[in-house]
Amino acid sequence: MAANTVLQVEALSLAAKSKKLVENVSFSLGKGESLGLVGESGSGKSLTLRAILGLLPRGIEQTGGVIKSDVSSAMVFQDPRGALDPLCPVVAQVAEVIYYRQKASRKASRIQALELLEMLGLPDSLKKSDRYPSQLSGGQCQRIVIAMALACKPGILLCDEPTTALDVTVQRQIIETITSLQRELGFAMVFVTHNLAIAASLCPKLCVMKEGQIVEHDDTLRLLQNPTNPYTRMLLDSVLPLPELEGSEQ
Amino acid sequence: MEPALQLKNITVQYGGFTALDHVDLNIERHTTLGLVGESGSGKSTLARVIAGLIAPDEGEIGLGSQPLKKKRSREQHKNVQMIFQNPDASLNPKHSIRQILSEALLFHRIVERRQVEQRCKELLERVHIEEGALDRYPYEFSGGQRQRIAIARALSVEPSLLIADEPTSALDVSVQRSVLELFHTLKEELNLTMLFISHDLGVIHAISDNVAVMRQGRVIEVNSKSKFFVRPETDYSRELLSAVPRIPTSSRSGGSYEQRI
Repeated sequence: MAANTVLQVEALSLAAKSKKLVENVSFSLGKGESLGLVGESGSGKSLTLRAILGLLPRGIEQTGGVIKSDVSSAMVFQDPRGALDPLCPVVAQVAEVIYYRQKASRKASRIQALELLEMLGLPDSLKKSDRYPSQLSGGQCQRIVIAMALACKPGILLCDEPTTALDVTVQRQIIETITSLQRELGFAMVFVTHNLAIAASLCPKLCVMKEGQIVEHDDTLRLLQNPTNPYTRMLLDSVLPLPELEGSEQ
Repeated sequence: MEPALQLKNITVQYGGFTALDHVDLNIERHTTLGLVGESGSGKSTLARVIAGLIAPDEGEIGLGSQPLKKKRSREQHKNVQMIFQNPDASLNPKHSIRQILSEALLFHRIVERRQVEQRCKELLERVHIEEGALDRYPYEFSGGQRQRIAIARALSVEPSLLIADEPTSALDVSVQRSVLELFHTLKEELNLTMLFISHDLGVIHAISDNVAVMRQGRVIEVNSKSKFFVRPETDYSRELLSAVPRIPTSSRSGGSYEQRI
């Protein structure tokens, strides 16, 4: 493993009983880098992420390959409401993660939790009165989930479709939050999405997955300009075009 | 000529929450109106009011020259058909495709009983599903195929207005594309009048003739497609449009998300 590499996946294969789900997937990730994994449902992108995290669903086993990583990783899931405990107020949830992962005192972890939440742009009123996930919007819940992931001080942030369940304007805010945090904290990121446009605007490198295999991987721009695989071309074609807005800077 | 659908001053309240706040909206005949807005803006409530699933607290609905009251006739129900986001939940899993399609045909007496079989086959052909599918059950089909079956069922009774509530949101991008193409051909062939609801502006651009924007229970902008996507009238529409992620072009470098100032 090169000195700069924080994650190396070599020939990873996953299977459920006899059915092969992920086959021969390899990629590596340097410190502070971002990689986009793009593909449709059933392409094995989420399973690859879960394998990196060591959280494979029951019945699915790693049948081959190695995952080398010397830093910790944390994950942001697709459905923020499902990832949070509905019976526990949100600041307490973030504080609990800090308490266990960083071995801070209860009081210190609460202060740290509030700092994190402020950094993520959550309302100040949480300092006075804690709220339950159901009392926050979807975008706010996703910020809480990101805060919990960052509370582990991960070297790699794994994002599994973090904006798919959100509205476009909220999606934009979350993406902006993630990019500015990455610049600030310098973690590496694997970003899984089915939306090629999001992946392309976030990550300098892309892997396109289909039926458990990486069919194409390259620098984002090169991949977008001359996709060699027909599947990549199909994905590119299915991004629905919008005319340019008048008066926008692009 | 009067519009196919007229909504005047529609208000719906859930408890103390106002889901629709004095909405006025017209859909012209043989056009598709795209309805956009964020979650909670009242898009689906509006669809349900038009379909007669929710009675509005205030306001009037007119379909062509007829007013639609709280209690609708069978004919009026027939004339407004709806396609939902999740085809799994809208198709009865215990009914074969034949039963699903023929039930509406017989209930609304569209064709005589002996012609039902033939009509079902025609309907399936229209949505590009082989006729052998008639004796199979919804679980045997993929999500995209199920949505096609739901479209065939909605069209089977020859409605004067078709409401599609996020019909492609649950589908993969490639499947979404083929379902949108189907909507396009059906629109041309059958001269449909359609209300197409989506939060995805790309989808709205691909299918609509006119666009209406909803926010917090109000319709804040109605515009033609060509104007809306280039020169939206309201700041909110502009914000929505500029938030859509785009494929970076060579002039912009890939992988560097541009911060909004």
